[in-house]
Amino acid sequence: MPSAALDAPPAASAELRAAPAYRGWARFPSRVGTFCLVELQKLRHDRTELLTRAVQPVLWLVVFGETFSRIHAIPTGHVPYLDYLAPGVIAQSGLFVAIFYGIQIIWERDAGVLTKLLVTPTPRAALILGKAFAAGVRAMAQVVVVLLVSLLLGVSLTHDPLQLLGAFAVVMMGSAFFACLSMTVAGLVLKRDRLMGIGQMITMPLFFGSNALYPVSIMPGWLRALSAVNPLSYEVDALRGLLIHQPSHLGLDFGVLALAVAVGVTAASLLVGRLSR
Amino acid sequence: MARAPEEVAVPAWAAGPEGGPAAVRCRSLTYRFGDHVAVDAIDLEVEPGEVFGLLGPNGAGKTTTIRVVNTLLPIAAGRVSVFGIDVHRSPMAVRRLLGYVPQQLSIEAALTGRENVGWFARLFDVPRRERSARVGAALQLMGLAEAADRLAGTYSGGMVRRLELAQALVNRPALLILDEPTVGLDPIARDGVWQRVEELRRSTGMTVLLTTHYMEEADALCDRVALMHLGRIRALGTPQELKAELGEGATLEDVFRRCTGGELDQEQRGGLRAIRSTRRTASRLS
Repeated sequence: MPSAALDAPPAASAELRAAPAYRGWARFPSRVGTFCLVELQKLRHDRTELLTRAVQPVLWLVVFGETFSRIHAIPTGHVPYLDYLAPGVIAQSGLFVAIFYGIQIIWERDAGVLTKLLVTPTPRAALILGKAFAAGVRAMAQVVVVLLVSLLLGVSLTHDPLQLLGAFAVVMMGSAFFACLSMTVAGLVLKRDRLMGIGQMITMPLFFGSNALYPVSIMPGWLRALSAVNPLSYEVDALRGLLIHQPSHLGLDFGVLALAVAVGVTAASLLVGRLSR
Repeated sequence: MARAPEEVAVPAWAAGPEGGPAAVRCRSLTYRFGDHVAVDAIDLEVEPGEVFGLLGPNGAGKTTTIRVVNTLLPIAAGRVSVFGIDVHRSPMAVRRLLGYVPQQLSIEAALTGRENVGWFARLFDVPRRERSARVGAALQLMGLAEAADRLAGTYSGGMVRRLELAQALVNRPALLILDEPTVGLDPIARDGVWQRVEELRRSTGMTVLLTTHYMEEADALCDRVALMHLGRIRALGTPQELKAELGEGATLEDVFRRCTGGELDQEQRGGLRAIRSTRRTASRLS
């Protein structure tokens, strides 16, 4: 039973000319929306993933946070250590989700899905940006869990919906950058297990070489230098400003994160073609 | 970055004699992986509305040819147009006209059938108003209406292939490209796919370009076939014409054997070894 809704134009010339003349950039919002939606759909079908991924950040807060609160080893001024730590753990949980996101693109390549995506009218940069923000969507789900746990532990978080929204935007950008980093590495190594190894290798330096657990001021000089070029530090700085009202450099943080995303998207889009061959 | 709107002008070389462009036109198309010439200066013309088969053993250059036509591989030498649009100059405009089903069974197992098709409807900019109707119609046409809301990971091989066809059709492609559409399917699933493709061309007149190494498949589906071997087209015509040349009772197998000089049996270059070496060369290059 052929359906009227699918009647195809046999020789498409006339139809073709009438097709919307999308310019390259006009497609970006729609593509990014599409990839985020697909990510949400996948999450809806696999809710256990949300729980298993929440275990680690909760441990950081409950075990590490509670313990270090007691020994007062880390100078955080008059801010309780748990409050200080919560934004760091939020950023970290986004990082952990995103840094292995390139595995998905390698999986899609091995499964042949990537070739199909590359044959749709989607510029490569839009594909990468879409996937990067999809990683952000997945990270966001973790953020909600960590925020709830923080509230239960008595962290005094902001009640301003705008600041909360800002915090979500910050995590989105941070995760998008780390997903791009992961996809760039994926484009270089082309193998799932190698990407796993590299992911493991860079996650901890990124995490410990940032202000997520302790202030930059107590770091040795060389670690401070690492922190200064580490986008995670800017993400955490912005989150502390927005969530627990610590003095921060929101303008600089947003600027650095936006720049990082732009560089990451460019690098990953240049390499994604390697995955399709 | 200012970018010109997608060009849809038909260049002179791509226009047909009657003014209407061919669905696909390749002019001395050549593609190399390193030293290995995968496609060797082929000329090819697919008319609008026909089902055209590229037939040949593994390593003949069929897949490389369609991966150039569908914009996945860059055009190194020669010219290719789809409905008059230069594939090299306007890949985005060409992609709007295509439905593509790769050789591998490839769907997102963590999504339902409907979500899989909806995904591609969005990527092809199917207008929001029509979207759910067109997604539903594509699933219906492929006989997946009842399984539409199950996770695609639970589908059988034949159902996955039909789901992929639905993904490709939701764009109402002018040109449907199928790479080995029934490889790895059991006979019943294969019949199911053949039947859907047959129905589709009857009801829509869509142009179909497919590759296969099953003579039977070419015989059953194709209006015209090109026999490829070692990157060249060795014979071209309707399945009947090709068989008639050999006389009464000849099958496409016989035609093929004659064209390739029996090499098919010896598996000299068409076997797994050739494929592997091609892939190795390709990965060294990239």
